[in-house]
Amino acid sequence: MDIHALQQIVHKTRDARRKQTIPKFSPADRDQLIHKYHPDFRASAYRPIKFGPNEGDKTVVELATLLEGDSSIQDNADLTPHYTCDVLVVGGGGAGCAAALHAHGAGAKTILATKLRLGDSNSVMAQGGMQISVAPEDSPVTHFIDTLKGGHMQNDHTLLKVMVEDGPSIAKWLLELGVLFDRQADGNLHVKKGGGSSKPRLLTCSDYTGLEIMRVLKDEVINQKIQLLEFAAAVELLSDDEGNCTGAIFKDLDNQRHVVVAAKSVILATGGIGRLHIQGFPTSNHYGATGDGLCLAYRMGAKLDHIDTFQYHPSGAVYPEQLIGALVTEGIRSEGGHLVNAKGERFVNELDTRDVVSSSIIRECEEGRGIRTMSGRVGVWLDTPLLDAEHGPGTVEKHFPAMMMQFERFGIDISKDPVLIYPTLHYQNGGVKIDTNSETNVKNLFVAGEASGGLHGRNRLMGNSLLDLMVFGKRSGLTAAGRAKSMMQGKLTVKHVQRFRAEAKKHGNPSGVISPMILPAYTRKVG
Amino acid sequence: MAQDDANVIDQPEVMKPRMVTIEIAGKKVEVPEGITVVKAMWYAGIDVVRGVGCLGGFCGACATYYRTKDDPKVRTCLACQMAVQDGMSFTMMPPFPARKATYEIQKLKDPKQDLFNLYPEAPLCRNCNACTEACPQKIDVREGVWKAVFGDFKSVSEMFMDCVMCGMCTPVCIADIAPNLVALYVSRAQGAHFSEKPVGLDTRIKEIQDGRFNDEWNKILKMNEKELAEHCATVK
Repeated sequence: MDIHALQQIVHKTRDARRKQTIPKFSPADRDQLIHKYHPDFRASAYRPIKFGPNEGDKTVVELATLLEGDSSIQDNADLTPHYTCDVLVVGGGGAGCAAALHAHGAGAKTILATKLRLGDSNSVMAQGGMQISVAPEDSPVTHFIDTLKGGHMQNDHTLLKVMVEDGPSIAKWLLELGVLFDRQADGNLHVKKGGGSSKPRLLTCSDYTGLEIMRVLKDEVINQKIQLLEFAAAVELLSDDEGNCTGAIFKDLDNQRHVVVAAKSVILATGGIGRLHIQGFPTSNHYGATGDGLCLAYRMGAKLDHIDTFQYHPSGAVYPEQLIGALVTEGIRSEGGHLVNAKGERFVNELDTRDVVSSSIIRECEEGRGIRTMSGRVGVWLDTPLLDAEHGPGTVEKHFPAMMMQFERFGIDISKDPVLIYPTLHYQNGGVKIDTNSETNVKNLFVAGEASGGLHGRNRLMGNSLLDLMVFGKRSGLTAAGRAKSMMQGKLTVKHVQRFRAEAKKHGNPSGVISPMILPAYTRKVG
Repeated sequence: MAQDDANVIDQPEVMKPRMVTIEIAGKKVEVPEGITVVKAMWYAGIDVVRGVGCLGGFCGACATYYRTKDDPKVRTCLACQMAVQDGMSFTMMPPFPARKATYEIQKLKDPKQDLFNLYPEAPLCRNCNACTEACPQKIDVREGVWKAVFGDFKSVSEMFMDCVMCGMCTPVCIADIAPNLVALYVSRAQGAHFSEKPVGLDTRIKEIQDGRFNDEWNKILKMNEKELAEHCATVK
């Protein structure tokens, strides 16, 4: 059938659905649902890691293979540094920019290296907002509790407390840099309600929150004249005789040459893994989200945490084909958008946590209440026109200009027609284990942002990522800069690679895979 | 898997896309109709490093010029957000050497006047409207430049909230203005200097500094797993 014919049921059932309230699942029902339908519980997609700091721990096959992968750097590589600095930041997204700005601000000679351009990241796409407890009826403690519930009580308490308490001062910092958060009539910050949160807590810049923050941070990095190495992909870290981190080796993607950077501290802000397309899922992630930082840190001996759990954002576009995997912001559901199956029924409280909502969408589709597309994909409806019906004509256009434009380009008016969605691989809940200064168990190796783990437990709450980036970017930057004053640059060796190779040999490294991946192999082999 | 056969989108144009001929940087290739420009490049066997970023229409890395069949007009798009059609030719925009002014945003004394020191070319707009036509985000760029010059920073900041900094407004400017950079400065100045200070935020920061939540923290952080779970369940 034509898509418009199938959409009719959504229009027909709208008024009846508006009168319904769907209760949230009880903890027991929620656990049962997740265990049955969430991709994290698909045992066949997982295997134990054969060796290294997380030997025996299970993760998805795609990641395990890369973690066990070999380095592209030979034992006898020339390690004469091309650049020397106090703080080397790897990654140009939100965490990387925040880390570089704070390190630089604290007087450290800072280099920011990134494999694409400054700012090409997932951060720039964050639409939903940033959770900070600024409302009088809210508190950092409530923010803590909500996040803990969302993370299935598995979050690292000390990291989480630090994040929620640092939040308000981060908002102040961003405002002073000129970030235009939405305001109430009285000039206070406007807060929106996000999935899994008991209080409205999302600071937003319409549906361009990440873009607005990144425009400002990028501009500030350039204004501060922080040295940039763009199109430089980190391929290996450097260590001294004690195994402390002392720098990194990059591949210049323009000329394939190696660039060696000596640094007193390294901050990995390399983001997530969406482009590994775990379990064949499409992804909302940017081109470079290939988990490079995880591989680099792991070879160096850094322990990973919660790397068996990933976030599948409930609403990735399924139609049109061009937008498959692209995100339809959770903001639509925050403002009351319903999820509707092929029979015109709601089936979950739309503001439940992402893992619950995703699991219930997968359930609807597996039990035959989904809508199938030509390419064999399946999805359910997100009733976007409902927002105009509920809050007045023009609401969708006014509140979600980015979404409107994205679909308009393919001839779809989401204020008039519902969109077809299915969970899309969105976020790596875990990552490299860090302390409250964002440092790993490897000395002078810091990890900030999505590449780090522990903070979000087994499921990140909407809006907590942008805050995570800023808080731990800042903490890593300040700690690394503070340390630089009283320390000497360590020796540059790749002894950790030799150790890793020896261990790999013991266990056999049959894959022959070189990691990190750097960019996904999308180019079709022609001829 | 049980599935009602009625619930299938099976429009013919998407069931079996036809192949179309397009031109990528002067080279003719055959690709399936309707895929995005970036995907068309991958399909044609072209490795793309420069020119791809977020793949979601937000980062501005894939600024691209294109022309449709028999139309002399060269248009602009974001390559990750544009579907290819038969006879289309396109080429990606190389990095353009626009001048970005540097400034300490917080230290500006008179941001509206400083605009003319930082971007002295801004008031030289000759109203050709090429920037507006070049904007893939449909921002009225020309209007924005004028509003900036006349000091209406608030309007500029609102108009340019959609700006992905692709920079396609810059090469077309006959007055050598980089409108996106002007707007970025103006928006930041608006935020840092002309927006109300949110009183509630300062109150919250002070509350945290003064330890207003310490009792609650102490209570919660002392709980064992079971107590904490029970406490969490009471927060709705």
